[in-house]
Amino acid sequence: MDKTQNNKAWFLVLPVLVLVAFSAIIPLMTVVNYAFNDTFGNNEFFWAGLDWFEDQITSDRLHDALGRQILFSLIILAIEVPLGIFIALNMPKKGFWSSLVLVLMALPLLVPFNVVGTIWQIFGRVDIGLLGHTLAAMGIDYNYTNDPIDAWITVVVMDVWHWTSLVALLCYAGLQSIPQAYYQAAKIDQATRWSVFRYIELPKMNGVLLIAVLLRFMDSFMIYTEPFVVTGGGPGNSTTFLSIDLAKMATGQFDLGPAAAFSIMYFLVILLISWVFYTVMTNLDREENR
Amino acid sequence: MSRITLSKLAHSYSPNPKGEADYALKEMDHVWQDGGAYALLGASGCGKTTLLNIISGLVRPSHGRVLFGDRDVTDAPTTERNIAQVFQFPVVYDTMSVRDNLAFPLRNRGMDAAYIAKRVGQIAQMIGMEDILNRKARGLTADAKQKISLGRGMVREDVNAILFDEPLTVIDPHMKWELRTQLKSLHREFGHTMIYVTHDQTEALTFAQKVVVMYDGRVVQMGTPEELFETPAHTFVGYFIGSPGMNLLDADVTGTEARLGKVSVPLGAAYGPTSGRTQIGIRPDYVTISDQGLPVTVKRVEDVGRHRILRAEFQGQALNAILPEGITVPADPRVAFAPGKINVYANDWRVQPTDTRGGA
Repeated sequence: MDKTQNNKAWFLVLPVLVLVAFSAIIPLMTVVNYAFNDTFGNNEFFWAGLDWFEDQITSDRLHDALGRQILFSLIILAIEVPLGIFIALNMPKKGFWSSLVLVLMALPLLVPFNVVGTIWQIFGRVDIGLLGHTLAAMGIDYNYTNDPIDAWITVVVMDVWHWTSLVALLCYAGLQSIPQAYYQAAKIDQATRWSVFRYIELPKMNGVLLIAVLLRFMDSFMIYTEPFVVTGGGPGNSTTFLSIDLAKMATGQFDLGPAAAFSIMYFLVILLISWVFYTVMTNLDREENR
Repeated sequence: MSRITLSKLAHSYSPNPKGEADYALKEMDHVWQDGGAYALLGASGCGKTTLLNIISGLVRPSHGRVLFGDRDVTDAPTTERNIAQVFQFPVVYDTMSVRDNLAFPLRNRGMDAAYIAKRVGQIAQMIGMEDILNRKARGLTADAKQKISLGRGMVREDVNAILFDEPLTVIDPHMKWELRTQLKSLHREFGHTMIYVTHDQTEALTFAQKVVVMYDGRVVQMGTPEELFETPAHTFVGYFIGSPGMNLLDADVTGTEARLGKVSVPLGAAYGPTSGRTQIGIRPDYVTISDQGLPVTVKRVEDVGRHRILRAEFQGQALNAILPEGITVPADPRVAFAPGKINVYANDWRVQPTDTRGGA
């Protein structure tokens, strides 16, 4: 090959490199810098090695937050995925009603996170909130500011309200792509409703479900704004998820070293779990192909 | 298995049909004999699929009744009709193996496991898939998937009818022949009533004992391939069947003669007075070229392999003729029509001769 080598072409990628450096690499490096050093201000840094990481890995506080975080993600996945599928299966397939339902379903997705938090914070208040007041009037002892269980229920219900639409809309798109002939063939084959779901609808939804589960997992694992607005992580630490804990540590207590080590590990954990999810689900798919 | 009767059947997709144009199917009365192999032939959008879906119960007709044997099944759902249907595009259960796909209709009906295994084996042999029975259906080619669909349609022995909706569209040409031949031999073996929808006349004529030609929501003719060729009941049949289609020439018919402008042609049969637009139809196969007869202007000659087609014009109307091998076109070409092979049409419908002296 007699191609002319012109290394000047490398300069063409320079603008992108600069942009990425400013937007991602330099901020990330700052975090890395804090994670491996100790500082008492004045821009003086002392090498701390892996101390902060060790500190965090053995910290009960982090363990508890991680436990709560995993529990939260599992609960909302266990509710939102089946519920989303169920809603998608029962949505009107065409005509005026389908458009209306689509718009209604999309509404929660358009509300900003902190507004969602505020809505539920007020909605659940016993003194002025519709939900809290109604429950109190019915004689049910509900108070998300005092009772950890009530706080959890509130946060979970809020997330379900906010995000089930996403799962439902993705599944709906998957269902719409099934040609009518499949349902007709199933009728002729005398397939039961369950068989139709198991062998026609579910396989067609497979791809979008993978995306839905991944998105919901990542988002829920990083959840911050909504529970912060509603419960502020309380009562006690009962709804302090990883992000909330991290923010408390970094901007509340100004423990930048541990917080930096924490966030690097946090990032890697999300990356790892997402990768495992993706690999497992795509491999399942491939094995079925054999 | 049973006879299928369509009684005063018509269908409109609009809830308040106003005129004829609103009907996808115009009123028809037909009987499909038990064990017959029928082809439903027509151009796209003529109502073939609607008719098929009415027979299978996927569409409820807006007018008239459907009878299987003596039983009125107009309101019976698909599952009660015990029919099988193969669709235009492959419908397979992706996540199931080929074996499970074939067994599915039998399992849903609670058949005995040993019987299912035996039957699936037979079908697999027929469609040539014995060696990949354990593979998932998902990774297979469109050809193979359609063969599974065909197999699934065939797997039940007790069906009232098997309906095929242009099933070979996605199949390779050489495979088409093979599958069509297999369908025919299956028909001979098991004697199921088979209804085969297609827009391909070769497919229809090779598969069926009786071909049902549809045009604009109507069954215009139901007959053997020979009847369709010799005595098309409607100009559409004449035009649609045969390659090239029937020649149609405007004419005035009186008695045993047709006047085409200044010349007259003997018809070989006597006709009563006709009304409306009158045409005579003659197959290109029955037009002979020589230096005697009606003068024509030759446009071109096409070589289609077995024979040549002469494209000509007679008094401004297109006229095609088949040129057998060894015949050359004379300098002053003229054509003659075989008298017994001429059909007369009034407003597109065939007129019965009052007297067939010429032996049509």
